[in-house]
Amino acid sequence: MAKTNSAAEGYVLPFEKPIMHLQRQIAELEASQVQAGRDYSSEIRQLRSQFVSLLKKTYQNLSAWETVQVARHPARPLASDYIETMAKNFVELHGDRRYADDKAIRCGLARVGTEKVVLVAQQKGRDTREKIACNFGCAHPEGYRKALRAMRLGEKFHLPIVCLIDTQGAYPGIGSEERGVAEAIAVNLMEMSRLRTPIVCVVIGEGGSGGALGIGVGDRIAMLEYAFYSVISPEGCAAILWRTGEKAPEAAQAMKMTARDLKALDVIDDIVPEPLGGAHRNPAESAHNLERHIVRTLRELKRIDPEAILKHRYERWRRMGKVIRVEGSPSADQA
Amino acid sequence: MTEMQSEPSSPYGSKAFEGPVFRKKRDVPDGLWMRCAGCEGMLYRKAVAENLMVCPECQCHFRMGAAERISQLTDPDTFEELFTDIAPADPLEFHWLGKSYADRLREEQAKTGNIEAIKTGVGFIKGRRVALGVMDGEFLMGSMGSVLGEKLSLLTEEAASQNLPLIVVCMSGGARMHEGALSLMQMAKTSAALARFDDAGGLYISVLADPTTGGTTASFAMLGDIIIAEPGALIGFAGQRVIANTIKAELPDGFQRAEFLLEHGFIDMIVHRKDLRSELARLIDYCGE
Repeated sequence: MAKTNSAAEGYVLPFEKPIMHLQRQIAELEASQVQAGRDYSSEIRQLRSQFVSLLKKTYQNLSAWETVQVARHPARPLASDYIETMAKNFVELHGDRRYADDKAIRCGLARVGTEKVVLVAQQKGRDTREKIACNFGCAHPEGYRKALRAMRLGEKFHLPIVCLIDTQGAYPGIGSEERGVAEAIAVNLMEMSRLRTPIVCVVIGEGGSGGALGIGVGDRIAMLEYAFYSVISPEGCAAILWRTGEKAPEAAQAMKMTARDLKALDVIDDIVPEPLGGAHRNPAESAHNLERHIVRTLRELKRIDPEAILKHRYERWRRMGKVIRVEGSPSADQA
Repeated sequence: MTEMQSEPSSPYGSKAFEGPVFRKKRDVPDGLWMRCAGCEGMLYRKAVAENLMVCPECQCHFRMGAAERISQLTDPDTFEELFTDIAPADPLEFHWLGKSYADRLREEQAKTGNIEAIKTGVGFIKGRRVALGVMDGEFLMGSMGSVLGEKLSLLTEEAASQNLPLIVVCMSGGARMHEGALSLMQMAKTSAALARFDDAGGLYISVLADPTTGGTTASFAMLGDIIIAEPGALIGFAGQRVIANTIKAELPDGFQRAEFLLEHGFIDMIVHRKDLRSELARLIDYCGE
């Protein structure tokens, strides 16, 4: 795993520059230690501890916009990386039996830990060829229909469903509209709310609007620590309300789209911790954390009777949102 | 959500709508006269109102508020509004450019006299009792926030418990940004409520008026047992400018209009506003009690 290409590995986020500077210093000292045959070990030790504490400090205090940048980091593990590490014996299923096989959403049967599951995962693509093949993770209606077909298999054969969410959103194109992307997402929302098998969803990177929610209805919704989940991209929100996409950092902050914010708003149930300095620094550890979360949650859900699962799922989604109750409202008059 | 601008970097932008019907050609004083967005003719406003807000010349269907729609659809003095005590909160304490969502809500409430972008209740259509939800495109562009999701879910549950047909008139720019992910989740909430209603055998008819876009389309608007659209209504998921920017090409004529959706198999019928009451009554007689 960790098939991060070298270009992506060399990619430095603006706020990570001081961290990378320290890292370079350490590497240089190590190199000159070997070359000059001198002992810099105490200096190196000191720099290393500085490096770790700076990394910790930076990642504990990420702004919403910095979190978005981490979630979109080119070296961040993608669904395919998690499938490779975490899902044993993955049998991929193709096509929606209606129109096409949308590679933006991969579906299949797999074993995660000891659990047999149906896996539904949005795939953005790593290199240019794969990105084009899976349309940068922006699914067409056939992707959502394929996902539902796979999930129905889960219901039929009593396999729980695991959804990994990572998309900017459903694809905004002519074909997508002609083939009813809105209908495809709507049907998934309705059907996922009543599928008679446990559903666990995890946002692993970008949770982009309806395109993310289209495979995001379930019993437990989690986010990786530095993922984000939003009704509209920060750039889109900024373009409308601030009248310039450049105000995306402000929009990201205002919309409360980080895992911590959404846990506080009861939109999500769990936060899956990422390795120190983000999933891109240690994809293996991130996969391990994700696997542990999925296995633990599935075991919890397996203990609950299927009728109760459906009831709890309904109640969970029915509670979504914040309203206030007022007395004698102005709209109480007759229309 | 006032003006649509697309974002340059991402193919995925806002799903707010940019329909042409409300083009602000204020070259005539407000009040007596209005210009038709369809045929560009000058129309006597009162004549348009008497014609169900439809252009007497070209039959262009204009947008209208929820109260007006309810009085058009229901038998006189039969509509009993429900869930009027549910009002919007500002859960994110959202503010931008010195403005706040809380203030914006108060402005919209003062401007429209409504507390939110939907009215819900029970009433009669040609003597048939129905649960009716009508979105109000005049309130923050009919955007879907927590109140809309809550009232629609309550209405759906009410329809189930009273064994009534459920009719929802959609008119919306999509999910409301000011409530962030909470707005997005209303899509799932309303769909879950409709799933239960479906399991209980309830009849749900959605009526799509101009415009129905974004998260509204991708949830309850497209889940009707029967889906009716008004002529010429803009109905889609992504905004037209976002699509045009993504594909770097002009959109075909009539793209995302009711007639386009009918041709592609996503709605059951297009019904002229003057026939809507009788068509609804006929469908209820077939599928209802």
